Amino acid sequence: MAETFEKVYKRSHEPIFWGLFGAGGMLTAFISPAMILITGVLVPLGLLGHETLSYEKVHVFATSWYGAIVLFILIALPLWHTLHRIFHGLHDLGFHKGRDIQQVFCYGFAFAVSVFVGTILLQMA
Amino acid sequence: MTDNIIEIGILRYRPEEDDKPVMQTYEIPYNDEMSILEALHYIKDHLDSTVSFRWSCRMAICGSCGMMVNGIPKLGCKVFLRDYYPKKVTLEPLANFPIERDLVVVMDDFIKKLEAIKPHIISKKKKCLTEGTHKQTPAEMEKYQQFAMCINCGLCYAACPQYALDKKFTGPAALALIARYNRDNRDAGAAQRMEIVNQEEGVWGCTFVGYCSVVCPKDVDPAAAIQLLKIDSAKDYLIGMFKPD
Repeated sequence: MAETFEKVYKRSHEPIFWGLFGAGGMLTAFISPAMILITGVLVPLGLLGHETLSYEKVHVFATSWYGAIVLFILIALPLWHTLHRIFHGLHDLGFHKGRDIQQVFCYGFAFAVSVFVGTILLQMA
Repeated sequence: MTDNIIEIGILRYRPEEDDKPVMQTYEIPYNDEMSILEALHYIKDHLDSTVSFRWSCRMAICGSCGMMVNGIPKLGCKVFLRDYYPKKVTLEPLANFPIERDLVVVMDDFIKKLEAIKPHIISKKKKCLTEGTHKQTPAEMEKYQQFAMCINCGLCYAACPQYALDKKFTGPAALALIARYNRDNRDAGAAQRMEIVNQEEGVWGCTFVGYCSVVCPKDVDPAAAIQLLKIDSAKDYLIGMFKPD
């Protein structure tokens, strides 16, 4: 049977969130094992010296422009990655109602925390 | 040939007499060279002529005999009793498709999606026969050939959890075919097909589960094709931001 109406194609805005998801995932996969090794194993065991993560050292790092950028990226991108996963996971688990609200909550949370972290880093600088 | 017996369960559904699908078990002589499709022929010829199933080529190229074998989408002609013996083999119609009768499913939605993506070369300009054929280098062919091996059997749709959840999703085979034609240097229809790709129910309905590629009997790897199209769609999105159509 011939279709009598013309199909309207609606472009998805997913590339933005998929891009953040991909970047966050890549970062998490490559950097988090090293971060866990340093902050969770080497420093607590004293293999890198207890002063490595001292308040003064970390404060100097966080207030430098490059340190602030590194911290912001390391916190924000994996967060967008995680909430994108949760958003799609909810669909997979059968929560089909209120997808708009789920989207606002998930990405809204990632956005809010990103702004929060960014603001703190800017205030410290 | 041995005297051993193997049990074959078939999910029967005859709309004129069954309210809902029912399992019926047959016992046939086991033969380690017998495919599942041949086993079905044995049942139809010797035990129960009312069993319905689709088949044609018997050599994994027509894509007709897709069915769930012990819950996994398979081509009946490409799996053998020896892969399961002495366990019972349970045959069900392909998941995610409505049952028409016994192992025969309604594939209309799948066929409609295949048609929608324009699975043919859309030329830049009509060529006169005297101008000769379109020439292509091995490197140019390499770019799409893997995705051209699809036989439209529908196993990937039966495997896809996203298609199971949302029938609007364009699905693995149709998207892989978009990748196949968009990557062909003789084709100029990419812009038309990207409209389908860019939608929520296009490439973005996929969450990269990858089961489509696991069950594909021709090693097409639709999941990889979809990821490539996601990159294309993301580029298209960026370009669209600066150059709205």
